[in-house]
Amino acid sequence: MWFINALSKAGSLSCFSVLALFHIRSGGTLPARLIRTTYELGIRCLPVISIVALFSGLVLGLQGHYVLARFGASGMLGTLVSLSLCRELAPVLAAVMMAGQAGTALAAELGIQRSTEQIDALELMGISAEGYLVGPRLLVACFVFPVLTALFTIVGITGGWLSGCVLLNQDGHSYWSAVRLAIHSKDINECLTKALAFGLLTVALCAFQGFNAHLHGEAGARSVSVATVRGVVLSSIAILVADYLITALLV
Amino acid sequence: MNAMVSDKITTPDPIPAPEELLSVQGLKKSFGTKQVLQDVSFHVPHGGIVAILGRSGTGKSVLLRCIVGLLPYDEGQILFRGKNVDTPPFRAPLLKACSYVFQHNALFDSSTVLENMLIPLRARGELSESAQFQKAKDLLGRMELEDASNRFPAELSGGMQKRLAVARALVTDPEVVLFDEPTAGLDPIRRNAVFEMIVKLQRESRFTALVVTHDVQEALIVSSRIVWLDAGCVAFSGTPSAFEAQEDPKFSLFRDNLQALKQSLR
Repeated sequence: MWFINALSKAGSLSCFSVLALFHIRSGGTLPARLIRTTYELGIRCLPVISIVALFSGLVLGLQGHYVLARFGASGMLGTLVSLSLCRELAPVLAAVMMAGQAGTALAAELGIQRSTEQIDALELMGISAEGYLVGPRLLVACFVFPVLTALFTIVGITGGWLSGCVLLNQDGHSYWSAVRLAIHSKDINECLTKALAFGLLTVALCAFQGFNAHLHGEAGARSVSVATVRGVVLSSIAILVADYLITALLV
Repeated sequence: MNAMVSDKITTPDPIPAPEELLSVQGLKKSFGTKQVLQDVSFHVPHGGIVAILGRSGTGKSVLLRCIVGLLPYDEGQILFRGKNVDTPPFRAPLLKACSYVFQHNALFDSSTVLENMLIPLRARGELSESAQFQKAKDLLGRMELEDASNRFPAELSGGMQKRLAVARALVTDPEVVLFDEPTAGLDPIRRNAVFEMIVKLQRESRFTALVVTHDVQEALIVSSRIVWLDAGCVAFSGTPSAFEAQEDPKFSLFRDNLQALKQSLR
């Protein structure tokens, strides 16, 4: 029974996302909506992504330095930091952080718009609320998530260099050489594919929860909080599940 | 049972059929086991103001939401210009011709006052960009909101928000405007101002207004027809003078509520 229920929800989510992209031009002013969404999803997430990336790299450099030293492989620090960030940590951590920042904001905003009848008002004006409110976010997620994930990787690798080479006196030149030799186009491809998939999943799930906040058996402010929590929890789980599936397919 | 009572006391509709703009026939709507609308039938003639009255919880707002398709109903049919508008593809002519003023205004809070006015105009796409701006600014001027064009709805007073909600509803020159409790939570002075505004705009723009309200005295003054909902049924449908002549305590208690309060306190 739960399987059929989950399948039905997945079907509704897919229809919701397709409708949103199909009616993206509904209501006009698409360029303005895209610019605003890029600011909300991209620019506003920059500080948190940079900070998390820097400290992830610092910790990875620190741990890597001591663990690799046990095996006499300190020279492999650049390889370890760059590959673990590029293939795994950057897409997952960036997506989880964006789910926490942009996903909550999206679910809460749509939930409030639902509870204050703004979504009903749009539909009565003949505007597709999915297309007008969610379409630009899905489209923008397709390039903002990969760009921020790439930035996460670069800042994280720099963090690894800071802790490994600047603080622990490893050779910087060999660190960057190892980074250059380790990362192949296949790894970048995997990183960006994951970022794209996680971006679409995060935005679709958070938007779906906020948009349908009135269907969770709660009303008013409570419905918004329930939608926000569900959006972030479900998108975080979906990111990890999708991570495994994509890794299994691409590895 | 309710339908029988309703039939007995309903005043015959004096408006001839060809002038009917909107017709609601045998509408039923329930939420779980609770039946909110049991058998609602009434007609809305072209032009004028039709007030839908009744106690709280009798399904007035649910009825309005069913008419425009915001809520699906269980049984019955809604006719617009004699054509069935039950399902989404056939509802388009009704939605194109009508506007809805929500009880809590439903203003787009992340858009400015001017943008709130432009959104429905852009959705129609019938006017050029400059004509849309001109029309929105003209109507804001008529509503004395021109100085607030660049402000956000949250920065406006309650009365200004209500005026903006009405202005947004009228900017597309609708044929029918549905007002859901337009005076809810307003003091008597503002309440009068809102009714005055509705009448003034209705006379200027000649739209048909369907107003859900609790304000019986005001509704009797401004409306051309009264529809009284009781226990999910139409208990009365007719002119305000016919409503005032009703002796049934179910109406008179509500209509003359101040006298009823005085009597009960004696």
